[in-house]
Amino acid sequence: MVEAIEFPHLANKYQVFGVPLTVINETIRVEGAVPEARLVQELMRVMEKEKPGEAAWHG
Amino acid sequence: MPTITEKDRKTIQEWFQKLRDPVRLVVFTQEYECEFCEETRQIAEELAALSDRVAVEVHDFVADADVAQQYGVDKIPAIAIVGARDYGVLSYGFPGGYEFTSLIEDMIDVSTGEHGLSEATMQQLARLDQPAHIQVFITPT
Repeated sequence: MVEAIEFPHLANKYQVFGVPLTVINETIRVEGAVPEARLVQELMRVMEKEKPGEAAWHG
Repeated sequence: MPTITEKDRKTIQEWFQKLRDPVRLVVFTQEYECEFCEETRQIAEELAALSDRVAVEVHDFVADADVAQQYGVDKIPAIAIVGARDYGVLSYGFPGGYEFTSLIEDMIDVSTGEHGLSEATMQQLARLDQPAHIQVFITPT
């Protein structure tokens, strides 16, 4: 849990415009309170990413 | 002046009945505390006073950099919520508003070791072959 207002540099870095925003391994963004199954589906995508640092934010 | 009201203290004590294993709130602050650092430390100390299963441990983020690293803490204020083992659950920022309830629920989860995840989720997670770092951004209101 990261309080977005107290860490504005992170809110800026991860483009937090609404909460909750979940960021997984720096690259996977999940906006809003989503069902568990959806979150797990997104989480499992960490295995697809060989070079997480190069992935685009919006894609 | 206490941060937690008398009424809330009673409610929290009822929730804390669910605690099983001891919980440690490992708080990271600094020598000259920022406003939120001080409030975060205080609320952790007040929570610890509500149950003998809850202990608070305060560290200086700079002087105890090795401890911060051990818990994966990279900014303050931070609370590592630690049960029988460290599950890597961290709270960054002052845990007020909705985040306060999340903190207490996290304490109960690490204490009981119960995650509440479905069987389908557990099957998926068993396939995970690398670490996953999950940051959930929230606001107090």
